[in-house]
Amino acid sequence: MEFLLASAIGCLTAAGVYLTLRKRSFAVVLGMTMLSYATNLFLFATGRLVVDRPPILQDGVAGYTDPIPQALVLTAIVISFGMTALVVMMALGAFVEGGDDRIDLPRRDRKGPGA
Amino acid sequence: MSPALIAILPFLGALLPGLMVRSGRSAAAIACGAVTAFAALGLLLHIPAVLAGEVATARLSWMPQIGLNADFMLDGLGLLFGILILGIGLLITLYARFYLSERDPAGPFLTYLMLFQGAMTGIVLSDNILMMLVFWELTSLSSFLLIGFWKHLPEGRQGARMALTVTATGGLAMIAGCLMLGQVAGSYRLSEIIAQREAIQGSALYLPALLLILLGAFTKSAQFPFHFWLPRAMAAPTPVSAYLHSATMVKAGIFLMARLWPVLAGTPEWFWIVATTGLATMLVGGVIALFQDDLKGLLAYSTVSHLGLITMLLGFGTEAAATAAMFHIIAHATFKAALFMGAGIIDHGTHTRSIRQLGGLRSLMPLTFGLILVAALSMAGIPPFNGFLSKEMMLEQAAHQGETGAGWIIGALATLAALVSVAYSLRLVAHVFLGPARDDYPHAPHDPGPGLWAGPALLVGLVVVTGLFPNAMLGWLVAAAAAAVTQAPQHPHFALWHGLTPALAMSALAILGGILLLRHWHAAEALRRHLPRPDAKRIFDATERVIARIARGFTESFTNGSMSRALSLLMLTCVICGVAAWHTGLARPDLRPMLPVTPVALMGWVLMLVATGTMVALHRRRILALVLVGIVGLIVSCTFVYFSAPDLALTQITVEVVTVILMLLALNFLPKRTALDTGNVKRGADAFVATLAGLGVGILTYAILRRDFAFPSIAGYMVENSYKLGGGDNVVNVILVDFRGFDTYGEITVLGIAGLAIFAMTEALLRGRASARLRAWVGDMRRAGDRHPLMLVVVTRVLMPLSLVVGLFIFLRGHNAPGGGFIAGLVVSVALVMQYMASGYAWAMARQNIPYHALIGLGVLAAGITGAGAWFAGMPFLTSAYGYVHLWGVEPVEWATAMGFDTGVFLAVVGAVMLALNSLSRIARAAGQDGAPSGTPQKGSR
Repeated sequence: MEFLLASAIGCLTAAGVYLTLRKRSFAVVLGMTMLSYATNLFLFATGRLVVDRPPILQDGVAGYTDPIPQALVLTAIVISFGMTALVVMMALGAFVEGGDDRIDLPRRDRKGPGA
Repeated sequence: MSPALIAILPFLGALLPGLMVRSGRSAAAIACGAVTAFAALGLLLHIPAVLAGEVATARLSWMPQIGLNADFMLDGLGLLFGILILGIGLLITLYARFYLSERDPAGPFLTYLMLFQGAMTGIVLSDNILMMLVFWELTSLSSFLLIGFWKHLPEGRQGARMALTVTATGGLAMIAGCLMLGQVAGSYRLSEIIAQREAIQGSALYLPALLLILLGAFTKSAQFPFHFWLPRAMAAPTPVSAYLHSATMVKAGIFLMARLWPVLAGTPEWFWIVATTGLATMLVGGVIALFQDDLKGLLAYSTVSHLGLITMLLGFGTEAAATAAMFHIIAHATFKAALFMGAGIIDHGTHTRSIRQLGGLRSLMPLTFGLILVAALSMAGIPPFNGFLSKEMMLEQAAHQGETGAGWIIGALATLAALVSVAYSLRLVAHVFLGPARDDYPHAPHDPGPGLWAGPALLVGLVVVTGLFPNAMLGWLVAAAAAAVTQAPQHPHFALWHGLTPALAMSALAILGGILLLRHWHAAEALRRHLPRPDAKRIFDATERVIARIARGFTESFTNGSMSRALSLLMLTCVICGVAAWHTGLARPDLRPMLPVTPVALMGWVLMLVATGTMVALHRRRILALVLVGIVGLIVSCTFVYFSAPDLALTQITVEVVTVILMLLALNFLPKRTALDTGNVKRGADAFVATLAGLGVGILTYAILRRDFAFPSIAGYMVENSYKLGGGDNVVNVILVDFRGFDTYGEITVLGIAGLAIFAMTEALLRGRASARLRAWVGDMRRAGDRHPLMLVVVTRVLMPLSLVVGLFIFLRGHNAPGGGFIAGLVVSVALVMQYMASGYAWAMARQNIPYHALIGLGVLAAGITGAGAWFAGMPFLTSAYGYVHLWGVEPVEWATAMGFDTGVFLAVVGAVMLALNSLSRIARAAGQDGAPSGTPQKGSR
């Protein structure tokens, strides 16, 4: 089971990184969403995998899973929504203003190698 | 008054000009002056105790773990500098009030001045070397603001930047040196450090620490070869020059050398470095001053020269020399501040500072002439003024150095420096005031009003009185300061007449030689023109250019404007760091048993991989990619459910809905397909980076999952005390609203800020250049025939109350079962957004006109007030309480103060999410995509 989760997180990361390296804003937004999934799952996994022991106190239950990563990830999910919304808005604004959804500095404005 | 209060008062005073400046510059200046006077009074009240050998202290814990505490002390040395800083500060405030013109903003000027004054007071009253460094950097920053005060002058800006660069570089070195000193002494308290002479001088770190600290002191006190910034800083308004460059900032380096004199001085290294630098500075500064054409330039280089004199005296390392240094600090501050203010008066009266354009002012500005004459004679070391006394002591000390092995050469060079000093001092008088009156001054010269001459007059009075009665006037202060420097009682005796000593002969020689040199000044000037003169500014600029070029080359090779390139490099760096950490760190063996793979989990895994892979492959078809992202999000939620995290699953699934809606709304305006603009090589390279990153994260996750916790988890505490302290059974929720409530408080604030930023961007889009483009927007997709299908409208309207009840239910159960403010907020947002989607923006807005930004503020406020409520019970911020309400006929109902906090979370989440979605809807409406075509009024309903 541990291998399944680890490989899934690895896949999500690879997909996220590949998409954030694209040159158009929407692909980058998608990539960042994927990276958020991967990061949230990773943080959650640091509490180790436990099945059927939610951290909700009940009489007669012996053990609970680690609640701390869950609390961390819960706020992280909401914050990553805020971040995605902001980035989407920026992408939209840039497209409406500039008529183009490329994210790189135009070549004529660049300095250094590759200009 | 506590020394801490004395140091803090000027900072409080810095707030006043901003409040008072509307009542006029006089009111602001009086307010600042009153604060300074109050602080000075507090200082003076300590005099009897300090003279009795006591040290007033004030201790406040700040960061005791690293030895950084707000410890203040007031001893003789601090007293001497404190009197100079606050006393001259008072005179400068008065002078600045009349010096600055109507156009100069007096408020900011006085604020900077007070900030600077506070920083200086902080330096001299600190008993903690780390805190002193903080104040030290503050003086660099505030002096930057003061020197560059006239922002329209390029020289002012360049001078300020150069001063900041040089002094801040020295400051960095000094931080390292002071840390070493603290390491060796085992304490960062100055009073403890200076008691450990043997330990420090015997340590291997002594020499590096000494060099680094001296670098800081020399740059600050403009010692050769770092002297070049001081004259460039003369582009500042004259009150600044008079304050910073006579009495205070440049004396900070001197102060530091004096403060650390007990532990650093007395070694051959100290003697050779400090005394030689001082002597060289004294000579170089004097010679350059002699040929300056700018009045303030002359004073600046003479200041450099006099600072060299004091440095040399401290460098000698003898108690008598240190005492002489203390005396000269006072003497120099009095006559130099007066001279600077006098130069400002001349500038004010004649509109020029160029000595060439002056001369013959004696009869035109008689009062100014009198003031400058006395101060300049003191600077030249002519009896009976205080400058004579200190010069005599300096020459006497220099003459004694014959015994230390330096031979007579120190004495000879010191006499030469004194000779030059006589020449430039007299030149100031002769070339500006004497000679025939001219008729080509840029402005008719006149003596100023009392506001300008009162300050220098008082100082000149002090020059005379302290020269005539040095023991009565200054004996006590110098004795106290010298005792603090040398850590031994001192009983100095000053006299104008010492008998026929070698020093007297050297002094006479210097005066005669100086007069002779001035007589042949034009010949000397002609000679100097033929000698090569290194231009410090050009060297500095060249160095700066080289460093900037290296830095720019480095930066631009990584970030050249291509986001992809910068991010790839970042990812690779992360992977490399991770691999390096893995190989150098310690990892436990992977002993944790694995969970068995169940068919459900396997199915989920396959689904996830297929969805992710398809998504990447088809990501250029954006709407399809969005659907696939939704699938991935759904599986992530299922993963949370499977691994005992119901709260996370609920949050993830609601966030998923909101995110997809948001992206769909945005896609309305973005191209529906991503153009292919990367080649195979680029895509291959990106895939390689992505694979590496994915492998790294995957392996790391696996490694973590197969190992037990390296340290005992604090989860046990949370689980045990969740009910006892927080009154809730849902441990995750209790952590959010109670144990880590402060964190959550910060996070809802961030979320709120994100919402407001989106709102602001929308406003900019709707108002700015883009609005015309938006109004003329032509959609790139065919629209549906029925924009608001009846079925959807009816269903969402029926669902609305149901969703709100579900939201309320989730909110209320959150403390004891999965749910809570975050999830409830998201559910309610989804319910509201559905109305927008189904019935249109206009219809929805007409019915639920909720100011979402107010909701965010209300939420943060509610959470804050709940947290602050704990104070009234005498508990720390965000401590919660709970209890039960017994109603007849119903089960006992629990209440908890955490509910208030969770309400805040709920409101902030609803506000932020709705503000984001609402903003997008407004853009759509502006583009005329909501029902009626643009230009015609909206009907308000379908």
